[in-house]
Amino acid sequence: MTSAVSQGPLEASRASSTVAPNRLARALIYAALILFAIYYLLPLYVMLVNSLKPLDEIRQGDMLSLPMAGTIEPWLKAWATAQIGVQPTGLKPYFMNSILMVVPAVFISTALGALNGYVLTKWTFRGADIVFGLMLLACFIPFQIVLIPMARMLGILGLAGTIPGLVLVHVVYGLGFTTLFFRNYYAAFPSELVKAAQIDGASFFQIFRRILLPSSGPIIVVTVIWQFTNIWNDFLFGASFASVDSIPMTVALNNLVSSSTGVKEYNVHFAGAIMAALPTLIVYIVSGRYFVRGLMAGAVKG
Amino acid sequence: MSFLQIIDLEKSFGNVQVLKRINLEIEEGGFLVLVGPSGCGKSTLLNTIAGLEPITAGEIRIGGRRVNDLHPSKRDIAMVFQSYALYPNMTVAQNIGFGMEIRGVPKPEREKAIARVAEMLQIDHLLDRKPSQLSGGQRQRVAMGRALVRDPQVFLFDEPLSNLDAKLRVDMRTEIKRLHQRMGTTIVYVTHDQIEAMTLASKIAVLKDGVLQQFGTPSEIYNNPINTFVADFMGSPAMNLIPATITNGAGGLAIEMERPSAPPVTLPLASPPKGLAAYKGRSVIFGVRPEALTDPDGADRNAASIAQTECFIEVVEPAGSDTFAVTHLGGKGVIARLRADANIQPGTTAPLTFNLSKSVFFDPETENRIL
Ligand SMILES: Nc1ncnc2c1ncn2[C@@H]1O[C@H](COP(=O)(O)OP(=O)(O)OP(=O)(O)O)[C@@H](O)[C@H]1O
Ligand SMILES: [Mg+2]
Repeated sequence: MTSAVSQGPLEASRASSTVAPNRLARALIYAALILFAIYYLLPLYVMLVNSLKPLDEIRQGDMLSLPMAGTIEPWLKAWATAQIGVQPTGLKPYFMNSILMVVPAVFISTALGALNGYVLTKWTFRGADIVFGLMLLACFIPFQIVLIPMARMLGILGLAGTIPGLVLVHVVYGLGFTTLFFRNYYAAFPSELVKAAQIDGASFFQIFRRILLPSSGPIIVVTVIWQFTNIWNDFLFGASFASVDSIPMTVALNNLVSSSTGVKEYNVHFAGAIMAALPTLIVYIVSGRYFVRGLMAGAVKG
Repeated sequence: MSFLQIIDLEKSFGNVQVLKRINLEIEEGGFLVLVGPSGCGKSTLLNTIAGLEPITAGEIRIGGRRVNDLHPSKRDIAMVFQSYALYPNMTVAQNIGFGMEIRGVPKPEREKAIARVAEMLQIDHLLDRKPSQLSGGQRQRVAMGRALVRDPQVFLFDEPLSNLDAKLRVDMRTEIKRLHQRMGTTIVYVTHDQIEAMTLASKIAVLKDGVLQQFGTPSEIYNNPINTFVADFMGSPAMNLIPATITNGAGGLAIEMERPSAPPVTLPLASPPKGLAAYKGRSVIFGVRPEALTDPDGADRNAASIAQTECFIEVVEPAGSDTFAVTHLGGKGVIARLRADANIQPGTTAPLTFNLSKSVFFDPETENRIL
């Protein structure tokens, strides 16, 4: 018998014994993943289907069933006419408030965090580590502790109850996190590049803009997602510092759900809740892709 | 008149002193090569000259002007970094042109300069690529290009050829030498490569643990090393440093070296250095370069002082142009460099000739040269 023949069956059995369990394991993994996905998506499903049902249908029955007489009335109502607090304005103005608060707050806190990280890693000064330590500490301060001093500060600055006031609050509170993100990212950024740019004659801001920022994609995305979600979802600062015409979405949603007189319009509540969640979802979906792409580019660079 | 002067320079990181009282100077158009083992402070010294690291004490002068407190961009230097330091988000052309762009050089002029340098470095086909799409050697050439595109007072090169393959490295070495002869710009150059150091330098500075060991022309460093460290560091294969004893021979001082299973070798010293008399009866380190230890036919006929002795050959290593033979003296393996066609067999005894006028002696305690 030649060795080639005796090897044949051996190889075959080895091959089949590795393929079969592989497939089984794969199937099991997928089954588990699908199960988890359903489990996680179930609340969203419940919200979505019930926001499209007329109120009677919800009252009669099954939370999980699809709408029989589908309607977008609850969405329109939640958006434009629902009673929030005393006014029947819907969530629209509050949604705008949130946008006006979140966009500048995210932008400013991210930009400042990037600058802080740049200075703390590439232009280190005596005591830079202490400064960074103190900023880190800011991440651990509970919201509640800063409430009263912050109210006082806003009063002094004349920003109490305004959207710029809320922006300031969120920028100050977020700065610790954004600085942490950027500092750690830039710490791994080669200092030689900064030195080379210095020799090339680039100024402090030119180096930041031309050398560091173009390589900061992934960390910018991480920071923006983090800040956007936190600020958009914040309730406590909004409830504490906003006045009637600067109330953000989260607080308005709460008012919609808890203060409506008479019948509880679950379908409207569900629609409003989805509206409140939508922007963060969109941010995740849109920038998540860039996030992954940024990570891949970094990995290949070596 | 020296162009670049480094006076009593000291540099500490925290309380770790990395450079200790360095004094160096090089004339305009000179080529200073810094050598030394890894971590001895070569890159740090270069960074202080560039102004990228503040110095702790001392003074740096370029063209007679004190530059201690001058910003890197104002010192009129161009630098090639050990890690290339290419801007990852820019193409090769943008990398090379960045300095000019910042300085406001108009675009057509910039493009002409980039094209000229790219052609010289054979990277003209890569101009539109990003650094991440280049091989190590190509990146290194881009880094060179970024410096060469300018016409500074001083070039600072930190191991610019370390990642190139052997052939390209030789080409680039010649190219740098030619460039230096043509432009006449002062260069400070860090390298690990002996041959680069010897061929390029007008002056070599040998550093160890942040201390300048010796500063001199390549031939001074090679032929008159000031201590065993310099002797051992420069040259490949390294100088043989043989433990030996100074004895009183018939015609004056002689040197005696132990041999395994044979009586010691004694070589008469026709013209020993003056200081050696004090070592009579004491041990010294006898330094002889492999090329000063040859087969009798290959010996230098013009040498002033030659001694021949029979040695037991342990290993023979033909290397093409030469044949290296290893024998045992003073308890150490000793390398001799013979002619390529020398008829020599391992495991036999063969006559070897010491060129004593090329040999040096060191104190075994201080490791300094005995003069
Ligand atoms: N920023 C820094 N902080 C603290 N120590 C440093 C710093 N930079 C360099 N050193 C130390 O200074 C010493 C000299 O470093 P340097 O980079 O100059 O060595 P080198 O001679 O260039 O070595 P190599 O040949 O490996 O490039 C090393 O011991 C290093 O650990
Ligand atoms: Mg170095």
